[in-house]
Amino acid sequence: MAMIASDNHGLRLVTRYAVLVLIAVIFIFPLVFMLMSSLKPDQQLLQDSGSLRAFLPVGDISLQNYTKAFERAPVLTFVFNSLLVTGVTVVLSLVLCSMAGFAFVFVDWKGRGVLLSVLLATLIVPFETIAIPMLLLASKLPWVGMEGLSYGWLNTYRVQIVPFIADGLTVFLFVQYFKDLPGELIEAARVEGASWWQIYRKIVMPLSGPILATAAILKFLTMYNQYLWPLMVTQEEGYRPVMVGLQYFFQLNVAWGEVMAYLSLITVPVLAFYLYLQKAFIASIASTGVKG
Amino acid sequence: MKVWKFAASAAILSWASMAQATETLTMWYHGAGNEVESKIINQIITDFNASQTDWKVELQSFPQAAYNDSVQAGALAGNLPDILDVDGPNMPNWAWAGYMQPLQIDEAKIANFLPGTKGIWDGKLYSIGLWDAAIALTTRKSTIEELGLRMPTTDAPWTKDEFMDALAKAKAAGKWEFALDLGTAWTGEWYPYAFSPFLQSFGGDIVDRSTYQTAEGALNGEAALAFGNWWQGLFKDGYAQATQDPADRDSGFAAGKYAFSWNGNWAALGALKAFDDVVFLPAPDMGAGSKIGAASWQFGVSATSKHPEGASAFIEFALQDKYLADFSNGIGLIPATPTAAEMVDNYKAGGPLAVFVEYSAKSGTVRPVTPGYVVQAKVFEKAAADIANGADVAATLDAAVDEINADIEKNKGYGH
Repeated sequence: MAMIASDNHGLRLVTRYAVLVLIAVIFIFPLVFMLMSSLKPDQQLLQDSGSLRAFLPVGDISLQNYTKAFERAPVLTFVFNSLLVTGVTVVLSLVLCSMAGFAFVFVDWKGRGVLLSVLLATLIVPFETIAIPMLLLASKLPWVGMEGLSYGWLNTYRVQIVPFIADGLTVFLFVQYFKDLPGELIEAARVEGASWWQIYRKIVMPLSGPILATAAILKFLTMYNQYLWPLMVTQEEGYRPVMVGLQYFFQLNVAWGEVMAYLSLITVPVLAFYLYLQKAFIASIASTGVKG
Repeated sequence: MKVWKFAASAAILSWASMAQATETLTMWYHGAGNEVESKIINQIITDFNASQTDWKVELQSFPQAAYNDSVQAGALAGNLPDILDVDGPNMPNWAWAGYMQPLQIDEAKIANFLPGTKGIWDGKLYSIGLWDAAIALTTRKSTIEELGLRMPTTDAPWTKDEFMDALAKAKAAGKWEFALDLGTAWTGEWYPYAFSPFLQSFGGDIVDRSTYQTAEGALNGEAALAFGNWWQGLFKDGYAQATQDPADRDSGFAAGKYAFSWNGNWAALGALKAFDDVVFLPAPDMGAGSKIGAASWQFGVSATSKHPEGASAFIEFALQDKYLADFSNGIGLIPATPTAAEMVDNYKAGGPLAVFVEYSAKSGTVRPVTPGYVVQAKVFEKAAADIANGADVAATLDAAVDEINADIEKNKGYGH
């Protein structure tokens, strides 16, 4: 009897791992294809694409596509711009949205239910519908800088950052997470005379690692993949991010090897960021049921 | 007295410095990512800036695929440059929408330019191109001989029957996967540019050009129905693919997959490299003449430019034969003038691509010159793709006519 149970357990384990390996392969193959293709000349890349050779470093392998990609476009400038815009937005977004979430959950004020509903309603408004009004606004906004007062935010980093710092989804994530924190902690802190700022900084935020990681990853992906907005507001090459830069590679006859090399280069920061926060991200998804 | 002298001197110095002030002109160009184009356009700008002291041109390059959206966003934000380039068929829309103003250049200087390079809207010259593009039916001399076909010429292109006979024979020979590579893998502007000339060769059109107020009769009349049925037959009878792998479009002809390839002069050098007996045949005459698309990228001046005379001066400077030849040598397109063509080995008399100059001059047909073209092009593309994939020809063309007419009505006739 014990033998049969042990056999069943072994079989289940093998099946489970077989399925997991299959899923891993399905998810990892596009990345392997991208990396392998980035090392091959176009003709070979196209010939290999119909067979398993597409996933193997075989044939005429070199880094020439990477060299050409750097010649075709200012890749480092694009990556720097994207990382700067994304990094600043993520940090500011975590601070502001967590504060908003905190205020919605823990602070008792009139109209917070209605305001939260309004905020959540913004989730269903596609960005494309507000892009043009936003562009008109951004082109006329004032700014006080080194040169004094000026009007118009086009061709700046701030025009790519400020509109995306606060958003309904990130606030919603924090609200959901904060609701599950034990209310007694907050009550106790209030009784002890702690200010809202102290509660936010010393009690709530230290307990919010998983949701911070989740919100950071989701925001990072959204910002890093921005295309339409930066296309509209950055006419100067020096401010363009990676996704607008991708268009540099789509000439009439597309050099696919260079496209793959560029994609490999711009995927590295995303993968690194995800791997860095992976544990907390999974923990948060498991606890909140949020699917990214 | 001293004060007066001082004031007079200051005024003269100030006037002199104003007279010598160099105004900066901004320019947007669609060639980012194309090293050859970027190099040539930068050279022209450097030469222009060095040639005089009144103007200094500064360039911002955009990737082609994102260029039109960037211009539209720039126009909305009131942030257009002084000089911009525009794809020929889009020019009327940009002029009508108030993005562009007429050029201030001496038209005598462009008298010998190919017709497709002149962007004329509402009787005024808005843009001018340094090159044009042309399409030919690319094949091999050995294929023509093997199939026992007549060698067509510009004066005597294949008729529809001869063309269909050529495709039938190529298919029957069993040597190629498909008789004809139409390039259906390329979407977007390729469809109206490459395929609407077939419709025009049948006697139809995307819109009625006599008024530009309706597509009725032009896109769903007898000639258009004949085009639609013929077009659908190409795919139904297995001569061409309605859905094509982009890799086949890039290298299929060179790999021997197709007997004939409907492709532009920009791909001609690749074909010549693949085979030593490549020939570029004129478009077949379906009844109303041999037709190919005309008009490529052109330069114009934005409506908001405060220095249209400077912008026009730059454009006039760029129209020199040596630059036309540089672009042609660099990116393979047809020089806008016969004198520049003579400076380019590929396009000079007897050159391997000289026939394209002839096709461009004799068969080049500009796409409908109307602001509504940007919508009409998309409607035509969808109709052509649907018909290729088996949709009912008459119903599809009627629906396309309704869509185009509704758009014209919505835009109050587009100012015609």
